[in-house]
Amino acid sequence: MTMPTNTIDPNAWVDKYSDYLFNYTIVRVDDKEIAQDLVQETFFAGLKSMKNFKGEASERTWLISILKRKIIDHYRKINSNKGKAEVRINYSTDSETEGDWLEERVADPFDKNAEGDIENEELGLAIHNCMDKLPEKQSLIFKMKTIQGFDTEAICNEFDITASNLWVIIHRARTAMAECLEKNWF
Amino acid sequence: MSKEENKNGIFVSCSDANHFCDKNQYKEATFWEKVKLNIHLIYCKACRKYSANNGKLTKLVKDPKVISINQYEKNAMKERLKQKMNE
Repeated sequence: MTMPTNTIDPNAWVDKYSDYLFNYTIVRVDDKEIAQDLVQETFFAGLKSMKNFKGEASERTWLISILKRKIIDHYRKINSNKGKAEVRINYSTDSETEGDWLEERVADPFDKNAEGDIENEELGLAIHNCMDKLPEKQSLIFKMKTIQGFDTEAICNEFDITASNLWVIIHRARTAMAECLEKNWF
Repeated sequence: MSKEENKNGIFVSCSDANHFCDKNQYKEATFWEKVKLNIHLIYCKACRKYSANNGKLTKLVKDPKVISINQYEKNAMKERLKQKMNE
């Protein structure tokens, strides 16, 4: 048997990556609706180019690289709309630089060096990153309890476990989360 | 100390103390559990550390920057993705 390479499974994408991608996007576009759309578009694009996935990177890294393109495209789109509206005003009398004004002053949409750099990671990303490292069930239950605020009973029914099972899982998850976040955030 | 005594006594084991501390993060610890936890913390350094970290974790997670897509939206996303896959 060969070493398992990274495989791809679109059915699990939403559960596994949507929150991480969403947090990645929201700090860059600052709009919930747009961020959600971009994440959805990323999944579609991923589906389309699945055959290009060689398994060298993890699925998430690969999806992030698609998402980056989507975010850049998004900024291109809104900038060109603005450009159309405002370029009619002459900011410069010099005919050579006419119309350049806006483009010259458009800020870089996001920090190019931030990619993959854990030291610079946003808190939201860091937390989702650590949650993704937990075993699947633990991560799901921790998320429901802590972030989505479901009560104990609802989760117990959903997973068919007892309250003391739940607390053991929560305890393990919290210990692992604290350890994972300790280096940069505590 | 037998288990029965342990349960009713004011001194609790570390695992109980941690359990109360976890519950307290979700405001689900009873008054007595909080009292027992705090008494335990007076003399147990390891649990003090756990409690401190646990509190920090709660604070971090409560940060408004930590958001997730709601389940309803996620299901819709899944549906749309499935449709695309069948195309």
